[in-house]
Amino acid sequence: MKVVLADYGAGNLRSVTSALARAGAEAEITTDAATVRAAPLAVIAGVGHVESAARGLAANGLDEAIRDRVAAGRPVLGICVGMQLLFGASEEGGSGLELLAGPVRRIRARRVPHMGWNDLAVTRSSILVDGLDGEDVYFAHSFVVDPTDEAVVVAAADHNGRVVAAVEHGAVAGVQFHPERSARAGALLLENALAWSRSA
Amino acid sequence: MVKKRVIPCLDVANGRVVKGVNFVDLREMGEPIELATRYSELGADELVFLDITATLEGRGPILDLVERASAELTIPFTVGGGVTCLDDARSLLRAGADKVAVNRAAFDDPSILTALADEFGSQAVVCAIDARSGEVVTHAGKNARGRDAVDWAREAVARGAGELLVTSIDADGTRAGYDLPLTGAFADAVEVPVIASGGAGEAAHLAAAFEVGAEAAIVASIVHERPERLPELKAELREAGWNVRI
Repeated sequence: MKVVLADYGAGNLRSVTSALARAGAEAEITTDAATVRAAPLAVIAGVGHVESAARGLAANGLDEAIRDRVAAGRPVLGICVGMQLLFGASEEGGSGLELLAGPVRRIRARRVPHMGWNDLAVTRSSILVDGLDGEDVYFAHSFVVDPTDEAVVVAAADHNGRVVAAVEHGAVAGVQFHPERSARAGALLLENALAWSRSA
Repeated sequence: MVKKRVIPCLDVANGRVVKGVNFVDLREMGEPIELATRYSELGADELVFLDITATLEGRGPILDLVERASAELTIPFTVGGGVTCLDDARSLLRAGADKVAVNRAAFDDPSILTALADEFGSQAVVCAIDARSGEVVTHAGKNARGRDAVDWAREAVARGAGELLVTSIDADGTRAGYDLPLTGAFADAVEVPVIASGGAGEAAHLAAAFEVGAEAAIVASIVHERPERLPELKAELREAGWNVRI
């Protein structure tokens, strides 16, 4: 199936594109809003800050394209900063697309960034995290989402307190960890995400 | 909780992995992606590629390597060595490195760390610090810089570094264990993860580094000699009660 990555101009999306290709998708990086609107699945991935990412999306009208998709029930997957972009105001500055309610907060822990492999605990059954309970996935982040609606959380990790690791609600899904850098568990997550997007 | 990481470090010259004794008698060890994939399959938590070519003319091969590694590897990797300026670091991250390790360039101009953190996030910015007797040294251990290494570490983190790669020149290559007082002093001084480097000989050395607060440990010669040593080390660490990924 075809997957587009919304390019907001931060970082290199090759690793995600390659991982999606290994999962069986035909992945394309684009800055074109019409392409983002039309694809069976749109992915927001990359590095940097919510504020600059939101600005990068808006520069090409990709923010509206993503809102339109969600309004029409067409699936969107956010990865890392892309997941934070699904939410509201960030303590780092700026605000996401508010497709899901809740702020983005700085992690309070002995070690920040939360960096490395951590156990995923599935908190609610979902195609997205099927088979991933107890698996190791790779995190690299200093900010984390704090959903208003607890029901959107499907997986969490522990880092001196709970880190929301995956969310899923309607046509919107997000993972805080990096599936493209999480070896076999990451590959499974992406295969699951493709299956989820077909059913969402 | 987040797991302690074991990170093989590969020296790269002109796009090939090399192994030398005291920086001379470099022998080619093979194709970097093949070796990296092998370490990944054997359970490496991350990889570090250190470009020891360290000349501007030599940057082409490392960028090609980073692009291929980014597409093919399924674990994170850091690229360092010979990063002389902001543009060098930025080009490595834009080519697909998950993190860039900046050493002398950051010491000479700490604003580089801030610029990289603003563009790529702190999690992509590793400040590499080489120390001898607690003092910052640069240029592969040749130039003592007259500044306390831990004091520099605090500034580097305040400027935007999201991780510290701390190498003890005294311990490097000895296989007698990491410099524990140095590693512990860094881990106590900062909030970001500290990666211990230099001196790994056996699993107990990694455990000791974790004990003083390191989140990760670099291994080089002990695994390059025999890559199967890597899963053995991790099994021994697990056996000793450490939270490592098997």
